[in-house]
Amino acid sequence: MPRKKITISEKVEYLSILNEKGQLDKKLEPDIGEDVLLKLHRFMVLARKFDERLLNLQRQGRIGTFPPIKGQEAAQLGTIAHLRASDWMVPAFRETAAELWRGKSLENIIIYNNGFAEGVDIPEDRNDLPISVPVGSQIIHAVGLGWAAKYRQKDDVAMTFFGDGATSEGDFHEGLNFAAVFQAPVVFVCQNNHWAISMPLSKQTRSKTLAQKAIAYGMPGIQVDGNDILAVFSAAQEAVQRARSGDGPTLIECVTYRLMMHTTADDPKRYRTDEEVEKWSKRDPLPRFQKYLMDKGLLSEDKLNEIESQIMEEIQAAVEGAEKQMAAFGDPMDMFDHAYAEMPPYLKEQKADLARELSEGGEEGDHG
Amino acid sequence: MAKMTMVQALNLALQQEMEKDDSVIVLGEDVGVDGGVFRVTDGLINQFGDQRVLDTPLAESAIVGMSIGMAAYGLKPVCEIQFSGFSYQNFHQIENHAARLRWRSQGRFHVPMVLRTPYGGGVRALEHHSESREAYWAHTPGLKMVIPSGPRNARSLLVSAIQDPDPVIFYESKALYRAFREEVPDAEETLPIGKPQLLKEGADLTMISYGAMMRPTLEAAGELKDKDGIEAEVIDLLTISPLDEEILVQSVKKTGRAVVIHEAPRSFGPGAEVVSRLVEKAFYYLEAPIERVAGFDIIIPSFSREKAYLPSFERILRAARKVLAA
Repeated sequence: MPRKKITISEKVEYLSILNEKGQLDKKLEPDIGEDVLLKLHRFMVLARKFDERLLNLQRQGRIGTFPPIKGQEAAQLGTIAHLRASDWMVPAFRETAAELWRGKSLENIIIYNNGFAEGVDIPEDRNDLPISVPVGSQIIHAVGLGWAAKYRQKDDVAMTFFGDGATSEGDFHEGLNFAAVFQAPVVFVCQNNHWAISMPLSKQTRSKTLAQKAIAYGMPGIQVDGNDILAVFSAAQEAVQRARSGDGPTLIECVTYRLMMHTTADDPKRYRTDEEVEKWSKRDPLPRFQKYLMDKGLLSEDKLNEIESQIMEEIQAAVEGAEKQMAAFGDPMDMFDHAYAEMPPYLKEQKADLARELSEGGEEGDHG
Repeated sequence: MAKMTMVQALNLALQQEMEKDDSVIVLGEDVGVDGGVFRVTDGLINQFGDQRVLDTPLAESAIVGMSIGMAAYGLKPVCEIQFSGFSYQNFHQIENHAARLRWRSQGRFHVPMVLRTPYGGGVRALEHHSESREAYWAHTPGLKMVIPSGPRNARSLLVSAIQDPDPVIFYESKALYRAFREEVPDAEETLPIGKPQLLKEGADLTMISYGAMMRPTLEAAGELKDKDGIEAEVIDLLTISPLDEEILVQSVKKTGRAVVIHEAPRSFGPGAEVVSRLVEKAFYYLEAPIERVAGFDIIIPSFSREKAYLPSFERILRAARKVLAA
């Protein structure tokens, strides 16, 4: 009846390739084609500028509440870049950069954020689940999708996104456990942005890392500098390859920071200091990637200006296009669609009631 | 054609649908090697293997969440939650996702899954093993809520549920699992979801129930005929939601009197919705206030006293006579 040590042999790696000063670890530098590097950069700039414009639109009352992504572009793009169209993206709600990469239009994102279902926009050839708001609850869907792909003998993988707060939810633990037990081809991307609304990571968990939670479930876990797109890209490449070749799931913890508010309805000054935000602003993923590209001769100040002004025009056109579309949206009768494959009789009656109400000139919801 | 218990009839439905369609996957706790704690999935793992019948870890939320993912992919998962009393641990997956994915994706995805789970009292079980909470699911738009009342309709409704493009919560009465046998045809049989069934015609009174309460309801109808010379019309809802009131309204327009019976707690129970629909659509035909016979608005008592809680033949009869006398 001894009391002895059980050795847990797994280690959690930490990966950083391009640090906040823009210094590169040459030995770890991934081999990424020029076109992919430039595409990643373009989407980083697009996501950043679009996020700023959305905030602006929200403050002007032209769209509703939305969750800004500023600071998390590298974590999203470095991971999503490895998916094929037939792979599955299972987002939470702060993945605008990843959604843009997958092909969602700026116009539709504006429309969605202004409270119109018309902005949902998931064409048949894109395997993306819609945004999921209840924290962590989408994690398990990726396991079902991944399992189903494997069952159908396809080598598609599912990638799901969530934050540090989600790792406290039961669904995170149930999802990781199921994925490991069934060896489902899933990549779990945790964007540890340090804040779950007002709760700092230190109050979310006593674990040293979030990546180490993978060990308990018998899957590899890796922590990366989430503001270093090269590190994120490398870790995700391994994880996607592992899943695709049938070797099961991986947890990637991207250490990043939410530079803005949780949503536009939140005031972060109530719970965190300007100094902390300042400190993380210096670790911004964008300038260091730009320095890297300039050092490689792939980008110049002139080229950057050109990209930025193209993007600003693109965004301006999208804002105008979206507002034009929204102004033309008709009555709300299609709210009854998509409840069931076939509309039950009582819903037809309710729909007819509303139609009558609207045609009589009454306001929606006005039963007077 | 064979005489089967409800357990055997449900097993037949699963076995035939799995044979016919390789997108049908069974998953849940103890559903494989053990064949389910009530043996509804007995033998399926032997016939179809462990890629079609998944013994899952013990996690209700993940069983349902995984089913949602499978369904979004295009499979037809049939998951079992061992007792409906444990299904509240997966409630958010049903409410937040299964019921909404069609709407949230604007029709791009839908969730053709079935959640099978035993419900109801009368089997002297422990706490959390006897409740009847169909109202939770019936209240959620996007879901279908089905409760069969015997082996034959259990089999055909489960087949319909598996083939349905929307998520179906399928309640199986533990009290009925082995209570009686019925002839169940070998060939596939379906029943439309969303259509109540007229079991017995009558001109004097409408009795509306479903699930395990159909038996005492039918008994009471028989007693009314024998002792009181009353012809009661008896309707089995079969589907709680989407609730189709047409047949109910037609019946009450004819009889002018109605009793609604369920073992779920009375307040905000399915009976409340049934009565509302009748009041909206047949008010001027009513000869008497409609009576509800239901479980009391309390936690179902420990099993030695559960008989006093559940609507009985006597309680139903008393309510029927009250409506008839008014």
